[in-house]
Amino acid sequence: MIKLITRRLLFLVMVIWAASTIVFFIPRISTKNPVRERFAELARAGGFAPADMEKIIASYSTKFGLDKPLWQQYTDYMASIARFDLGVSYNKYPKTVIGLIMDSLPWTIVLLLVTTVLSFVIGNLLGAVAAWPRAPQWVRTIATPFILLQGVPPVLMGVLLLFFIAFKLKMAPLGGAYSTGVIPNWSSPAFVWDVVWHQILPGLALLLGTVGGWTLSMRGMGITIQGEDYVNFAEHKGLGPYTIFRDYYLRNALLPQATGLALALGSVVSSAIVIESQFGLPGLGRVLDAAIRSNDFMVIYGVVLFVTIAVATLMVVMEFVYPLLDPRIRNE
Amino acid sequence: MTPVLQVKNLQVSYYTDAGRARALDGVDITLEAGEKLGLVGESGSGKSTMALAMMRMIKPPGRIEGGQVIVDGTDLITISDNDMLKARLSKIAYIPQGAMNSLNPVIRIGAQMMDAIKAHQDQSTAEWISKAEMEKRCKQALASVDLNSTVFKMYAHELSGGMKQRVCIAISILLRPNVIIADEPTSALDVVTQRQVMETIDRVQEQIGAAVILIGHDMGLMAQFVDKVAVMYAGRLMELSTVRQMFTDPKHPYAQALIRSLPNLENKGVFNGIPGMAPALLQLPGGCAFHPRCVKAMEICTTVRPEPVTLSSGQILECHLYSEKA
Amino acid sequence: MTSVSLAQPEIIQPSRITLFLRYLRRNKGLTIGLFILLLLVVFTVYGLATADLKHAYPISVKSKQPPSWEFPLGTDFFGRDLYVAMVVGLKETAIIGLLAGALGTLIGVVLGFISAYFGGFLDTAIKGICQILTPIPALLMQVIIAGSLDKRDVTIYTMAFVVVLLAWMGPTLVIRAQVLTMKERQFVSVAKLSGMGDLGIIFSEILPNLLPFIAAAFVNQVFYSVFASFYLAVLGLGPLREPLLGNTIWAAQGQSAFFNNWWWWPLAPAVALVLILGSLALINMGMDELANPRVRKTE
Repeated sequence: MIKLITRRLLFLVMVIWAASTIVFFIPRISTKNPVRERFAELARAGGFAPADMEKIIASYSTKFGLDKPLWQQYTDYMASIARFDLGVSYNKYPKTVIGLIMDSLPWTIVLLLVTTVLSFVIGNLLGAVAAWPRAPQWVRTIATPFILLQGVPPVLMGVLLLFFIAFKLKMAPLGGAYSTGVIPNWSSPAFVWDVVWHQILPGLALLLGTVGGWTLSMRGMGITIQGEDYVNFAEHKGLGPYTIFRDYYLRNALLPQATGLALALGSVVSSAIVIESQFGLPGLGRVLDAAIRSNDFMVIYGVVLFVTIAVATLMVVMEFVYPLLDPRIRNE
Repeated sequence: MTPVLQVKNLQVSYYTDAGRARALDGVDITLEAGEKLGLVGESGSGKSTMALAMMRMIKPPGRIEGGQVIVDGTDLITISDNDMLKARLSKIAYIPQGAMNSLNPVIRIGAQMMDAIKAHQDQSTAEWISKAEMEKRCKQALASVDLNSTVFKMYAHELSGGMKQRVCIAISILLRPNVIIADEPTSALDVVTQRQVMETIDRVQEQIGAAVILIGHDMGLMAQFVDKVAVMYAGRLMELSTVRQMFTDPKHPYAQALIRSLPNLENKGVFNGIPGMAPALLQLPGGCAFHPRCVKAMEICTTVRPEPVTLSSGQILECHLYSEKA
Repeated sequence: MTSVSLAQPEIIQPSRITLFLRYLRRNKGLTIGLFILLLLVVFTVYGLATADLKHAYPISVKSKQPPSWEFPLGTDFFGRDLYVAMVVGLKETAIIGLLAGALGTLIGVVLGFISAYFGGFLDTAIKGICQILTPIPALLMQVIIAGSLDKRDVTIYTMAFVVVLLAWMGPTLVIRAQVLTMKERQFVSVAKLSGMGDLGIIFSEILPNLLPFIAAAFVNQVFYSVFASFYLAVLGLGPLREPLLGNTIWAAQGQSAFFNNWWWWPLAPAVALVLILGSLALINMGMDELANPRVRKTE
């Protein structure tokens, strides 16, 4: 057991190491010092030059050790990562990267969790039914449009929903976490509803963009499981179609899908981030988007690293959950 | 005494892209309670299709096209889908070939046995039994196949191949069916386990008095276990005789060739195969299906399909050689 | 002993084309997907051959025109003929998709194969690298990479390259899994026993059986590549001058196209993208059947 945990932890460390290393070497692609460049641009555009500009440039240089030999830069960088020190945002100085992330995280987490769970449940159920030959025909035909939805990535879905439903039909708010001019008051149910109301469209965009993937993969899985001997034998036993569907087919097909859940979350995050900026939600997406626009490298790298670590951790956690679901791995 | 199983003129075809394959072409079988029938034939002869058809589990592109399967007075081909569900396991049960994968890996053995009973519960309210009673029955079934009641709580992957096969046998007798079909139950097992499994089937069959159809191609196994042997070829029944008759005095040329091909201790090293290949079911030869490979083929064999004929010895044959002698 | 006639009756098999067409009729998903794709190809090829490709770039025609006879898809803020822009954009998306897709699949096949066939340290290393790189959010990484590049260096080829960088792990693991199961199966052992060398086994025994999976992986990779390049372009990280689908939408959003009622501007690339990804998804679904013969229904 201890061996298992250490192996998983080692995996986690390796992933973080790999991600940080990649993130470390990317700025090396371009030869210029991005911080200085950015400030030069800002200065050209409108004379914006914060008083402690040199201090910021210096901190950046220290962090990425642009003045030190490469190997030392690398070890310093790794050391600071280990300390959970992701640096400071130079655009929103002196806010730390971690600070920015933590402020915006709750919004993103709620959106992601709800949509991912819903997408998983709906998509898998639909896929399972679509592959089941004894399911009524109308249900199976519904699945195809859902699979087609894969053709509309969440980012595009966001654009379309914003335009058609929010703008043209005026059926949903145009964006923002809550209506403008409203003072946040979490103890007021009216406010909470307002927030939820504003989450519906972005949530829908994410949901519709991801559900197709689950439907397709579950359908494939379902087809494989159907051919298994135990499904056949269940029929020989005279079990009713619903029982076979639930206990022999669905339960076995869902297991491999569950492993994909953590990974799916990782990929949805990327889309969620763009959706958040489209709908003006104050989540991680907004932070990252602002950072990209202003070339705030520290924030960009910090967010990406954070997301990577979160996803990797989730994957490791899932590995422990999996044996609980599949008795075959329990005693390994 | 009415026979417990009557199969009359069963016909099954498969419709593929390349055409229609007649997997079963008019098969008749009668069994009394407690009788054991061995069904032998080459691959593609139709024996497995027979089993599936009797359980009414032929799936598209296959179709049952005609005939009757009467078990205990009920024709399984004509009853409703719902009634067929109830009939499975309670009237006619099936022991699968590869038990390796026939048990659901994620639920316990006990649960898999209980759900079979539960599915047949509302057949008649008089039969309603409590959960505790159901569990008792399951454990009794396990005991009759020589398995410890601890197996009830175990998962499929914790059992050996032989144990899994015996669980399948236990499941098949849970509702005391009239007919049990064992589809090559020992193919995937070693000889020692084979014997165990066959003895188990023998024992439970005696206990509940069911008729057994044993499908396979191991003639040695047949010789030790069954009362009668039916030889199938290209979806047709060539010969039906008692075990003794089949091994000492087979009448049909195909059956004769089969017996002759069995390795003989006296004639070591001599192997008598049957030249030629089984016909593709997509295009059966006219007349008797075996005539292209038959050493005694006559003119009539190429054009007219022989009608089943019962000899004085009780043997039933589909062969022109005997049509006149009847 | 009378002679035994051994001649087998002739089975008249319908020609291969007929069987293929009958199959297409049953597998509607695959057929529709292929059909849509074919339409797109015809559209693009026709456009490439007949239109003035310069009009896909800014300041070529009158701007902000709604769809009309002269400009079937309208024009955008910058003076591009959207019809021509779509044609060129589709061509370029196709290049990225096919290039990145093929590259990703190739890497996957080679690495997955080596890993599974030769096993040992190589296997652990390759599998380990794949597993470690997988949780890294590829799209985000691509954003960083694309963002770090000098704007002038971004072309459709660099985009394809960026997309492949973190996409090859999927096919590698899939192919590896398949080859592993094949290694266990008897036909490989039999081939080895009959004296076939490694290369012989690879090409004559394993590869043919791998083909459905390689094909499926390829479709998947193309899908992902189109998706990822769209994602990058929509964020403004693509080769901005080119009329890539994502670029067009990015530009449209930047000019608040919807709110200015230039609805046709983002609509064309949106529809095009949905058609591409949708048809690929359908083909993917249809190919499930090919790889899994149990699915086939005939009646």
